[in-house]
Amino acid sequence: MRLFSRANALHLGLIALLAALFFTLPAYHTGNLARIMVLAVFAMGYNLLFGYTGLLSLGHALFFSAGMYGLGLAMHLGAATPAPAFLAGLIAALIVSGVVGFLALRTTGVAFMIVTLMFAQAGYLTILYFGSYTRGDEGFVIQQAQRSLLGIDLSDDTNRYFAALILFAAALLVTGAIVRSGFGRTLVAIRENEQRATMLGYDVQRLKLIAVVLSGVLSGASGAAYALLFGYAGATFATVQYSIFPLLWVLLGGAGTTIGPLIGAIFMFYLIDYASGLTNAYLLLVGVALVALTLFASQGIVGTIRARWIRWLP
Amino acid sequence: MSLLSTRGLTKSYAGVTANSDIDFDLPMGQTRALIGPNGAGKSTFVGMISGRIEATSGTVSFAGEDISPLPAHKRIAKGIAYTFQITSVFGGLSVAENIALAARRQLGTAAPAKVAEVLEQVSLADRADQTARDLSYGHQRILEIGMGLAQNPRLFILDEPTQGLAEAEIDAFKALIRALDPATTILLIEHNMSVVMDLAEAITVLDQGRILAEGTPAEIHSNADVQSVYLGTEHA
Ligand SMILES: Nc1ncnc2c1ncn2[C@@H]1O[C@H](COP(=O)(O)OP(=O)(O)OP(=O)(O)O)[C@@H](O)[C@H]1O
Ligand SMILES: [Mg+2]
Repeated sequence: MRLFSRANALHLGLIALLAALFFTLPAYHTGNLARIMVLAVFAMGYNLLFGYTGLLSLGHALFFSAGMYGLGLAMHLGAATPAPAFLAGLIAALIVSGVVGFLALRTTGVAFMIVTLMFAQAGYLTILYFGSYTRGDEGFVIQQAQRSLLGIDLSDDTNRYFAALILFAAALLVTGAIVRSGFGRTLVAIRENEQRATMLGYDVQRLKLIAVVLSGVLSGASGAAYALLFGYAGATFATVQYSIFPLLWVLLGGAGTTIGPLIGAIFMFYLIDYASGLTNAYLLLVGVALVALTLFASQGIVGTIRARWIRWLP
Repeated sequence: MSLLSTRGLTKSYAGVTANSDIDFDLPMGQTRALIGPNGAGKSTFVGMISGRIEATSGTVSFAGEDISPLPAHKRIAKGIAYTFQITSVFGGLSVAENIALAARRQLGTAAPAKVAEVLEQVSLADRADQTARDLSYGHQRILEIGMGLAQNPRLFILDEPTQGLAEAEIDAFKALIRALDPATTILLIEHNMSVVMDLAEAITVLDQGRILAEGTPAEIHSNADVQSVYLGTEHA
């Protein structure tokens, strides 16, 4: 029970800190942080599957973009208002992850990675194929006039920051509750020893499918929120790059930790930001930093802190 | 009435027939030892009972129901607990969490009381917070037995539980099994004859994938066939 309250205190404290940062940081950084919080939800979705269940997907851009286009097309073509459009994004991600999960989970290991990669690639090509609706790589802008929820203009910096924070907080508290539940601990059991989990009577296949769908819907929520808050949807977000990003954020922050995804996303965002100010070859610098971190803190930032110092971190 | 029966149970791997045409009955509440030389097909047999290994042909019935079409997890959920010959625990998780995972499927939020009880039963209470992979080999095997107990099984299948245990640990294992609810039916694969003779009410001898003999410990002990293929090599 102490774990429960400490974990909750950590999460609520982090949310309060992020709220306070808005009033203390310069606008440049709060703008970044709004974007990072939305992307951290993507990373948290990814982490649920990779960090907790032990399934490495290379196709999460598909779930992110299902949410993004679910919302984006509903608003762009269907002139929907943000709330139903957001729901459309979640439903799109739910359906896509359900189908992909059902099919991809017939494989394991490397085959699972390849199948998810292929599905995501197919999704990307589908977006290009229907270019007359999606405007392909070029993408489309969601008009500012449309982006207002309950009379609140979501394109305004302050509103956008707090909308991102609300989404992030909800995702953090939900994943925090999931991973401490019996269900979440069974996912960890599958990660640790799938065969043993089966031989304890758990329906591993079904549990994995639920994990894929939860992960997909969280990723889709992030994609939908990204389009809504930043007013743009484009096929770039469906490329393989956006399947690799959440993997890197989670690896950097700490797979199988609740706050790792945010820490990883912040770290990588500012690493790229800083390195690109120094040199044109900033990706090289980023690569070196990533390799160093992998070598010296292979469990990621939060994972290493947990292993060395704070055992109770959720 | 038998809790467990198999009819014509057969497993062929490419080239090898690991089990051929096994008819087997295990009465409710009995402790049965399954013995036989290395490679006789013992692990294959219990693997097909638990669903871990797919049978080539034949049927398995449990509590009067044909469970042959069921996948492993559904058979386990019917009340079968299974411990692996090669220790299989959740290495990265604590001892208590390992047992909790075994208990939680049935007990849900009532699992913690069961976990505490099992930790006492297998004398791992003082190691409850240790990570399972940091335990000694013997303790890991004991932990796996504890995971079986936490499921309150109707049928408890143990595949060479005492392999690699020290004398004192083997004695503790014997005491543990003797202290179980007499209604628990046990199928115990065992090479250690002292364990077999102390615990088993009946013995089945497997050799080259077939049942060679079946009977009370005394009958098996004096069976000439058994002595030649199996006991002879142990007691020579
Ligand atoms: N996956 C497999 N592929 C091919 N042959 C196998 C496989 N598993 C087992 N066998 C063979 O089937 C036979 C029976 O093996 P099994 O493991 O059931 O024997 P066992 O009685 O449990 O032996 P031990 O006492 O050594 O544990 C052996 O000849 C073994 O080599
Ligand atoms: Mg064996």
